[in-house]
Amino acid sequence: MTHGAPPSFPHRHLLGIEGLTRPEIEGLLDRADAAVDISRQIEKKRVTLRGRTQINLFFEPSTRTQSSFELAGKRLGADVMNMSVASSSVKKGETLIDTAATLNAMRPDIIVVRHQSAGAVHLLARKVDCSVVNAGDGAHEHPTQALLDALTIRRNKGRIEGLQVAICGDVLHSRVARSNIISLQALGARVRVIGPSTLLPAGIERFGVEVFTNMREGLRDCDIVMMLRLQRERMNGSFVPSVKEYFRYYGLDGDKLALAKPDALVMHPGPMNRGVEIASDIADGAQSLIREQVEMGVAVRMAVLEALASHLPNE
Amino acid sequence: MSPRPLLLTQARLIDPAAGREAPGAVLVRDGRIADIAQGSAPGTPDGAETVDCGGLVLAPGLIDMRAFVGEPGAEHRETLASASAAAASGGVTTLVCMPDTNPVIDGPAIVDFVLRRARDTACVNVLPAAAVTKGLAGREMTEFGLLQESGAVAFTDGLKAVTNAQVMRRALTYARDFGALIMQHVEEPDLVGEGVMNEGELASRLGLIGIPREAETVMLERDIRLVRLTGARYHAAMISCADSVEIVRRAKADGLPVTCGVSVNNLVLNEGDIGHYRTFCRLSPPLRAEADRQAVVSALREGVIDVIVSDHNPQDVETKRLPFAEAADGALGIETLLGAALRLVHTGDIGLPRLIAALTAGPAGILRREAGRLAAGAPADLVLIDPDLPYVLDKRALKSRSKNSPFDEARLQGAAVLTLVGGRIVHRAPEIAVAA
Repeated sequence: MTHGAPPSFPHRHLLGIEGLTRPEIEGLLDRADAAVDISRQIEKKRVTLRGRTQINLFFEPSTRTQSSFELAGKRLGADVMNMSVASSSVKKGETLIDTAATLNAMRPDIIVVRHQSAGAVHLLARKVDCSVVNAGDGAHEHPTQALLDALTIRRNKGRIEGLQVAICGDVLHSRVARSNIISLQALGARVRVIGPSTLLPAGIERFGVEVFTNMREGLRDCDIVMMLRLQRERMNGSFVPSVKEYFRYYGLDGDKLALAKPDALVMHPGPMNRGVEIASDIADGAQSLIREQVEMGVAVRMAVLEALASHLPNE
Repeated sequence: MSPRPLLLTQARLIDPAAGREAPGAVLVRDGRIADIAQGSAPGTPDGAETVDCGGLVLAPGLIDMRAFVGEPGAEHRETLASASAAAASGGVTTLVCMPDTNPVIDGPAIVDFVLRRARDTACVNVLPAAAVTKGLAGREMTEFGLLQESGAVAFTDGLKAVTNAQVMRRALTYARDFGALIMQHVEEPDLVGEGVMNEGELASRLGLIGIPREAETVMLERDIRLVRLTGARYHAAMISCADSVEIVRRAKADGLPVTCGVSVNNLVLNEGDIGHYRTFCRLSPPLRAEADRQAVVSALREGVIDVIVSDHNPQDVETKRLPFAEAADGALGIETLLGAALRLVHTGDIGLPRLIAALTAGPAGILRREAGRLAAGAPADLVLIDPDLPYVLDKRALKSRSKNSPFDEARLQGAAVLTLVGGRIVHRAPEIAVAA
C-alpha cells in the first residue's frame, strides 16, 4: 500500500509523539496518505495484518477513537476485539497489570489502549510481549490524534513548516494539546496556546510555545485554529465561572475567527460542545476541517498499525 | 543476666551532642556507656568482649522520628518486628512510629499495646507518636496528658495535617500546658487537590497534576502564627522547598519554639527521579525541583533543619504497581536512611558530624530523650558505620516486609556494620568480629 518504500519505523510501540524524530513522523504521514487512497476505494481490505489479533482495550469510553482503530485494523485484515472497561474484570478490582498479563496470555499482536491515568499505557507496555499503541493516557499523550491533525493540516496547507498554529481552551487537562505541541514543533510549525490561566499547565511557556490569555490577541495571524474540548464538570465554577462567560471570552465564533488569517482553518478533536468552545456555524462552516479530521483518523491509524507490523514476530 | 561488658576499640568517635570527633574506645556495661577513652584504648576489663572497629565511625544509634509501621492493622506491609529488624540493619536504634494504624493510636490503651508488642517483638526502641485528634479526624483533641503518661512521645495526625485552624489553635494551647510536642505534616490538602507530584514543567510534560509549593508554605506560615499565639512546641515534620526554609529560619530567629525535619528523599532525590512514572518516587511531600533540594541541603548544613527522617512508609504491590496517579504515596526508608544520607557527605555537601547530629542528637533533643549522645551514662545505643562501603542496593535483601524502595538498584556508599541497642548487638555485618 505504499508508494516507494517508506522508511522503516524503529519502535515496537507507539506510546507518544515524544521520542519520535521528524523523519519518523513524516514517514507515518506518508504511509497515511496512501491509506487515505485505500479507504476511498470500494475494495478497502488489505492483508498486511492478516492472521494478526488486535485488542482495543478502552478503560475510558470513546466511541470515535475506538471505532477508528477498529476500522483501521479491519481494513488491514486483522482480527479486532474490543474490550471496554464496563464489561471487563477491572471493575471487580483487577489491577491494570493483572489485566495486561491476562490479555498477554491470549497472545495478541497489537494492543490499543486508552486509560484515564497518565503513564498507564507505558506501564502496560512493559508487561506485555506485543506492540502497544497509546490511544490516550490521562492528560499525557494521544499520539494518533496529533498525527491525524498533522496529516489534515499537511493535506490542506501543503506544508506544516512555518505555519502559525493556535491551540485553544483547556490545555491543562488535554493530552491532545501535549501531543500536538510536540508534533507540530517537530514538524516546524510555530505553536501558541490560548486559554484562561486556570486551564493552562504550570511551566507551559517552557514547552517553547507562546502563551496568550486573551484569545483575540492570540488568534492574530494564525493559519490554524485548533479548539479543545472543555469537560462539562470543569465549566461551572471550578476552572471557569460559567459556560456563558467561557464562550464569550474563549469560544470560537465568527468575530474571533476573523482575527486570524483569512484562509485560517479550524480544527477540533471532537466530540464538540457546540456553544461552549465553538459556535455551530463555525464548526460547520467553510473553514472547518473537523469532519476531514475523522477521515484522516482512520488513515493515520492504519499507517501506525502497518508501521508496527514490521516488528511483529513472523513465526 | 546482663551480657558481658563490651569494649569497642580503634574507633573514630563522633559525639554529635558535644560536637566532638576523635579516635578512641567505648566501654559498654549493663546496657549503658560505662566509659569513653580518647586516643589509645584502655585495658580490657575482666570478662569483656572486644570489637576492633578498625578506624570506622562509632556514633550514637540513629533516631528516626517518622516511621509508619503497619502494626496494628496492616501487618502484611510491616510489623513492629520487621520494621525494627530493618531499622537495626540500617543503624537506627530508636524509631518513632506514626499513629496512622488501625485502630489509630489515639488512646492510652493502644499506646500501651504498641509498647508491649514492641517490647516482645522489636529489637530496637519503639516510641509511639499519638494522634492529635481522635481517629485522625481533625476535630476532637486526644488526651495529651494521659497519652504522654502512657508513653506517647509526640502528637501528630501522621499523614494528615490538622487543617482546621481552630482545632490546631486549641491543640497547641492545650499541648503547651503539658509540654507536649505537636508534629505537623505541613500540607494544605485543598491546595494539593488531585496533585501527585511537584507542580511545574515536568508534571505538565508527564500529564500529571502538580502540587504547588504553596500547599506546604501556606500551612507552615499559618501554623507558625498559631505557635506565636500559643507558645507551644511545634515541629514541622518534613519541609521540602526553599520558601519553607526561609519561613522556619525567620521563626527560629524570632525565638519561637519551632523545629523542623526533612525526609532523606527530599535531600538526595528530586522530581526528575520520577522518570517514567516510577511510583516508588510518589511521595508526600513530593520530590521537588533541584533548586529546592539544594535549599534543604543548605538548610540542613546551617542547622535551620534539625532532623533527617526516613519517612518510612511500606506499601505493597496493590498500592504501588499502578498508574502513577492511582498509586499510594510513600517509600521504604528506614533501612536506607544512613546509606542515602551519606551521599551528602560523599558529595561534600555536609560534614559527617553534622549529618550524624541531624540523625541522633537533633531528634533526641526535640523528643527529650537521653539517647543520641556518646557520653558515659548514656544508653548504649550505638552504631558502627563504614562510611565508604560501596554497594548496589538490592530490594530483595531488605528486611522490611515491603519492597517499595526508591533506592532499589541504586549505588550507595556507607552502611551500618554493627548496631547496638541497650548494649545488645542487634545487627552485625560478617566482617565485624567479636572477640571473647
